[in-house]
Amino acid sequence: MNKHVSLSVNPKVSDWLEFRPAGRVILHTGKVNIGQHITSALVLIAAEELNIDPNQIAVAQTRTGSSPNENYTVGSQSMQHSGYAIKKAAATARNELTVRAAKFFGVSVEQIKIEDGNLFIEKTNQSISYWELVKNAPLECYVDETVDVKNHALHQLQGKHHIARGMWDIVTGTYEFIQDLKLPNMLHARVIRPPQYHAKLVNVDEKLIDKLAEENIYLVRDGSFLAVGAKSEFAAVKAAKRVAMTATWQIENSLDESDIYELLVKNKRDSLLVEKGCIPNKDLEIPPLDKTNVQGDITLNAIYKKPYIMHGTIGPSSGAAVFDGQELKVWTQNQGVYPLQAAVAEALRLQLDDVLVQFMPGAGVYGHSGADDAAFDAALIAKHLTNFSILLKWTREDEHCWEPYGSAMQCNLQASVNSNGEITSWSHETFSDTFLTRPVIGKEPASRLLSTHYLNESKPWPVTPPMLTVHGGIHRNIEPIYNFPSPRLVKHRVYDLPLRTSALRALGAFGNIFAIESMMDELAEALKLDPFHFRLKHLNDEQGIQTLIRLQELVDKDRVNFPQEAGLGISFARYKNSAGYCSLGVLLRVNGDAEVELIKIFCVVDVGEVVDISGVRSQVEGGIVQAASWSLYEQVSYDATGITSRDWDKYQIIAFNNIPEFCIDILDRPGSSYLGVGEITTGPTAAAIANAINNAVGLRLRQMPFNSEAIKSAALLS
Amino acid sequence: MKTIEIVLNGMNRSVSSEEGTPLIYVLRNDLGLTGTKLGCGLEQCGACMVLVNGEPTFSCVRTVEEFEGCVIETIEGLGNPEQPSLIQKVFAEENAAQCGYCTAGVIVSISGLFAKNPRPTDKQVKEVLCRHLCRCGSHPRILAAIEKLRGQKLDE
Repeated sequence: MNKHVSLSVNPKVSDWLEFRPAGRVILHTGKVNIGQHITSALVLIAAEELNIDPNQIAVAQTRTGSSPNENYTVGSQSMQHSGYAIKKAAATARNELTVRAAKFFGVSVEQIKIEDGNLFIEKTNQSISYWELVKNAPLECYVDETVDVKNHALHQLQGKHHIARGMWDIVTGTYEFIQDLKLPNMLHARVIRPPQYHAKLVNVDEKLIDKLAEENIYLVRDGSFLAVGAKSEFAAVKAAKRVAMTATWQIENSLDESDIYELLVKNKRDSLLVEKGCIPNKDLEIPPLDKTNVQGDITLNAIYKKPYIMHGTIGPSSGAAVFDGQELKVWTQNQGVYPLQAAVAEALRLQLDDVLVQFMPGAGVYGHSGADDAAFDAALIAKHLTNFSILLKWTREDEHCWEPYGSAMQCNLQASVNSNGEITSWSHETFSDTFLTRPVIGKEPASRLLSTHYLNESKPWPVTPPMLTVHGGIHRNIEPIYNFPSPRLVKHRVYDLPLRTSALRALGAFGNIFAIESMMDELAEALKLDPFHFRLKHLNDEQGIQTLIRLQELVDKDRVNFPQEAGLGISFARYKNSAGYCSLGVLLRVNGDAEVELIKIFCVVDVGEVVDISGVRSQVEGGIVQAASWSLYEQVSYDATGITSRDWDKYQIIAFNNIPEFCIDILDRPGSSYLGVGEITTGPTAAAIANAINNAVGLRLRQMPFNSEAIKSAALLS
Repeated sequence: MKTIEIVLNGMNRSVSSEEGTPLIYVLRNDLGLTGTKLGCGLEQCGACMVLVNGEPTFSCVRTVEEFEGCVIETIEGLGNPEQPSLIQKVFAEENAAQCGYCTAGVIVSISGLFAKNPRPTDKQVKEVLCRHLCRCGSHPRILAAIEKLRGQKLDE
């Protein structure tokens, strides 16, 4: 029996790959492309193991029923899950078919060679293809996890530059996004949202309702859920605006606009001690913070803060659905078709098997955006407007105001060092809202869908208990990877906070690594120690040490070119202390307007065996740029009446005028396990920027965003 | 309904649409040119960029009748997967897209820039690109593609 997370649920070779006529192979995966081009890597793995051309492989679109159930595409785990499973499935298939070929030719398996999908005996003309071998005897075998995979020395495809799959369609505008769907008998739909979370619909102008009906515009109303559908998209857009102007809402509660960081430490919360291995333990008492000062030690206290941050997808969330009275078909850009199927079935009281969910690409989101909600909105409208296909698009404002944000966080740190530069005590407490309000199968998933809170029979907003898993949401990477004597680590899951939150790239690791790596820098500075040396002194992890040493080489080689006014900051982390390694250096300057100008990024990563080196590079660069944007510019704004950052003018993200030069080194480890890459750079980026600002202008910023106002106020206080 | 005459991707077209319809809906829904993306509907993100008389122009707010007599080029007019333009080819080779939602708009703008000036300065490139937002962080790959283009002849 397979123990692997994906193989245990999907154990057969045919769950992952199928040989189809005309030399084709179809790959099945539960992991979806959300901008990271995971399918490019999966195809390379299969092609490498099978010795075939990657162009012979097609990847089936992920859908309920026929795709392996791999839950969500999250946590930088697609390579460890699907990548591993497909590697073992392909190797099992190759072995099984080699045995068949040997039998067919009456020779030993050692005599069989494989090239381009043909199995042959050298120096003879005896040859048979995979496809001929499976023609009358399909592969029924189970994936053998103990199977020998191809020796990495023989790899011909992996680790080389490849153009990502779908790239030619992307650059020519022919790549099909969910927003581009054209379905039979289709209505374009828009939702009319309340002014803020806590509002009830009182009424919609009756005359307008009649008028819309005359214009063949459909109005769907269920409790406080309001939507319009029309044959023409622009007619739907206009109708939604007219309905919004005439609808009246009763505000039941205003948003608590007091300082979020005060609420984080004041509100009701569950506090848990986090044990070695980064596991919270409900049964342990939290020891008080040790305030005794050992003579000769330096003790630093610091509070690090990050605000609410948006996923901020460039293409607002969309969903499509059609209901024939029995079966509901849903198209979604979300990151898990199976959990969405369960959520939609529960919400609309349909049999699970009557709900079919299929993935379609959307714009990049990196977490739980409005995608699941938009899919449900489409399904809900389709249920009301039977036999019409519904293509529902959120507006820019819908996405900015209603997506579940990455939670605001506060990290309170205290650390002591002795005169030998050794860290003698370490305390880290993190206060945050939840990072997990995605639909979870078996845990009332419907209540996680936004619009279920506004229906006639509305669902209460979910209140999720603290996650207790290893490196779960808030406490992800709260445990320092460094060798400190028994750190005191506390997770505070805080309730009754004003905004809706959920998973955003790296979850709590972003804030926690920012805090740890800032504190490491503050300690090194207090001791007047070199930041590389200080980290290396406390690090036992061999691979981690190698990335740091390599980073130091890259930085030192370039030091003569650093502009005089520039500052360099470094950081290091291993995501979840078990995944990919990232050592990062940021070179920047603070200009006369107190704005940060990024000059150059130095980054060394170790993500285990590299399959798609272009994909790894894109994920590293993309993660750094996105996290730089979070760190320098981003903050959801709101007041008592609702969200006030309702478009891109009110919610600034990074632009092309602040993109630095990149110097990236990817340490390939052929033959070792995949470690994942998508989220490994985010926390290190924030910390390295803060450390670099300090190095450049002597100002220690502990609260994001590090914009000109923050730098100016820090300067006034210094 | 109002009918206007335009030159779209090299073809003369009569386009009928309800008065006041922003160009993007006509391109995407009536003419099937879905390569142009709707991002914000506010001229803030650049996903909807098309070339109008050679100038990169937002298509998400201005109404179709404003384009009477104009020469309009969309991403589809620049090339196709079998015959991509040089700019499209270099963007693909550099993997200058992650999710790809902002890509068409960026390529349209850069095509407009290079058509006028095959050796644009950094400042000119940034000026054009600052009308585009990208969430995946493909900026470094996009800049690498443009760097490569600056060293090539566009009429190859």
